[in-house]
Amino acid sequence: MNKTINQKAWFFVVPVFVLVAFNAAIPLMTVVNYSFQETFGNNVFAWEGTRWFKQILLSERFHDALGRQIAFTFIILLIQIPLGIGIALTMPKKGWGVPVCLILMSMPLLIPWNVVGAMWNIFALPDIGFLGYSLNAIGFDFNFTQQPGDAWFTTILMDVWHWTSLVVLLSYAGLNSIQPAYYQAAEIDGASRWATFRYIELPKMKKVLTLAILLRFMDSFMIYTEPFVLTGGGPGNATAFLSIDLVKMALGQFDLGPAAAMSLIYFFIVLLVCWVFYSLMMKNEVKS
Amino acid sequence: MAKITLNNLSHSYVPNYTDADLVLRDINIDWKDGGAYALLGPSGCGKTTLLNIISGLIKPTKGDILFNDKNVTSLNPVERDIAQIFQFPVIYDTMSVYDNLAFPLKNRDLSDTEIDSKVREIAEMLELTSTLNNRASGLTADGKQKISLGRGLVRSDVNVIMFDEPLTVIDPHLKWILRSKLKELHQKINRTMIYVTHDQTEALTFADQVVVMHEGQIVQTGTPVELFEKPKHTFVGHFIGSPGMNILPCQIENGQINFAGQEIQSNSNIKKNNFQKTQLGIRPEFIYFSDKGIPVKIKRVSNTGRHKIIDTECSGGTIKILSNASTEIPSGSTHISFDQKYTYVYGDNWIIE
Repeated sequence: MNKTINQKAWFFVVPVFVLVAFNAAIPLMTVVNYSFQETFGNNVFAWEGTRWFKQILLSERFHDALGRQIAFTFIILLIQIPLGIGIALTMPKKGWGVPVCLILMSMPLLIPWNVVGAMWNIFALPDIGFLGYSLNAIGFDFNFTQQPGDAWFTTILMDVWHWTSLVVLLSYAGLNSIQPAYYQAAEIDGASRWATFRYIELPKMKKVLTLAILLRFMDSFMIYTEPFVLTGGGPGNATAFLSIDLVKMALGQFDLGPAAAMSLIYFFIVLLVCWVFYSLMMKNEVKS
Repeated sequence: MAKITLNNLSHSYVPNYTDADLVLRDINIDWKDGGAYALLGPSGCGKTTLLNIISGLIKPTKGDILFNDKNVTSLNPVERDIAQIFQFPVIYDTMSVYDNLAFPLKNRDLSDTEIDSKVREIAEMLELTSTLNNRASGLTADGKQKISLGRGLVRSDVNVIMFDEPLTVIDPHLKWILRSKLKELHQKINRTMIYVTHDQTEALTFADQVVVMHEGQIVQTGTPVELFEKPKHTFVGHFIGSPGMNILPCQIENGQINFAGQEIQSNSNIKKNNFQKTQLGIRPEFIYFSDKGIPVKIKRVSNTGRHKIIDTECSGGTIKILSNASTEIPSGSTHISFDQKYTYVYGDNWIIE
C-alpha cells in the first residue's frame, strides 16, 4: 500500500505541543536556567556551571533528606501493600456490604491533602488531640512535636490512613475479575487457602499491584502537603523529606541555584525509578 | 472409580423457592462405573448446575448423591475425589506445565518420585512432554485445556472426571483432535466420565449414554441411536438431528391418526386419547417422495453438499425432508410418504409407544 505523504498533519500536533511547552517544558527550562547560574535578583545572572549540582550531591543535608525520603517510602509501601491486599481479601464480594465497604474505603481518598494534615495534627496533639491524649493517658510518653520517633510514627500512620484505600480498591478490582472457575479448580485440586492466594489470586492481581506500587511510590516520594501541615518537617529536620527540604532551601533561604539543582536531581531520581519499574513490568509482560 | 446414583435431586438457587424457582426437578440417574456419559441440553437447561452438584461445588436443595452406594451429598469436592474440567482453561499462570500437573498431587502430599512418574506418564498421554518445562501461560488455548485435563488425570484416586463444555474456546479443527483424544483416554484409563455440552455432535460422539435435559428435567436417557430413532419427547426430536424432527399437529380418532386429511400409519400403539394435544413426529431422513400419499408443495431446496434439505408445505404445516444430494427433487406439487417404523405419535409432547 502506498502511504500518502502529507506534512500538513503536523499542524494537528501544534495545540498539544504549545500546551506541553507552556505547562511543562518552559517552567522546567527556567529551573534548568537557575541550576547553572547564580542570581542576585534584578535579573542579574552569573554562570556557575555544575557547581550547584556538585554542592547538592556532596552535601550532607541532601543525603539526609534523601535517606529520610527513601526510608519513608519504603516503610509505607511495606505497610500499605500487604495491608491493602489483606483488606481487599476480607471485603465482601456481593450483597449490601459491597457499597458500604467501597464508600468507607474511598472516603480518605476524597479528603484534600492539607485537610488530612490538619486533621492528624489536631488528632495527634498530646494535650488536646484524641490520639495524643489517649496515648499519654495510657502511659506512653507521646509528643510528635518534640520527639522525632513520634513524629515519624504519626506521619506514617497518617499516610497509611490516607492511602491504603487506594491499594485496597485496586486489589479488590483485581480480585473481582477472577473467574469463579479458578477457585473451583483450586478447590478440586485440593489447594490450601494459602496456595489459592499464592497461585491464583496473587498472579491475577499482578497488574493492578504493579500499578498500585508505582502510584504509591510516586506519591509518597513526592509527598509534601501532609507532613508540611502535620510536622512542618520537624522536630528539627526529623521529617523533612525531599520536597519539604527543597521548599525550605528555595523559599526559606532563597538559595535558588542549589534549589534548582536539587529539583532536577529529585526529578531524575523519580523518573529513573519509574523507568526501571516500568521496564521490568513490560519485560515480564512480553515473556508471558 | 465409581458408580454414580442421583436420587430425586432438585435444586433452587433461592432459599424460599416455589416450584417455578426450581432449576432442576426430580433428577434420577444411575450411571455405571467406567462409563462415558453426556449431559446434553440448551443453555439454561440446568446441566451445569447438575454437574456442579455432582462435583460438590453446589449443595442440592433436595435429594441425594451416591458414589458406589455411599451417600456423598454433604461432602466437598476434595472429599468426593472428583476432577472437573471447565469451559475455559484454568491453569496456574506462574507455574510451569510440569508444576501445574504436579499441583493436585503435591496438595495431597505424595512423594516426589511418585509425583514425577505420574506427571510424566500423563504428559506422555496428552503429548505435553516436550513443553513440560515451559511456563503454562505461554501455551495455546488447546494446550492449556490439555493441562486442565491433565490435572484431573494425574490423580489415580479420581472417582469421576467431569467436563463442563471443555471445547468452547478451542479452534474448530483442534476440537476434533481433542475430542478423539478424550475418547481414546476414556478407553485407556476406563474411568467414569461426564461430559456437559450443548453441542449434539460432541455429546453423541463422546458418550455411550446421553442424557438430554430440558427446563431442569431429564427428558430422555439413551444411546445416540436411540435418541435419533426414537425420541421420547418432542424436545429431543427437535434438539437432536439437523434439521430436527418434524413435529406436526394431528388428530386421533378411534385409534387412527389423521394428518392433513390422510390416515397415517405409525409405530405408536394408541390405546387412549385423553391428551390436550397430539402430534406426529417424523425425522426428515425418513420421508420419501412417492406417487401417492400426502400432497405437498415444494417451497425451497437447500443443498448442503452431501444432502439436500427440502422445505415443503401441506395443509397440515411445513415439513422438512432430507435426501441424498444425488436425488432428483420433483418440482411444484408432489406427494410424500412417511416410513412407518420411524413415525411416532406424541401426546402432550411425550411419546406414545
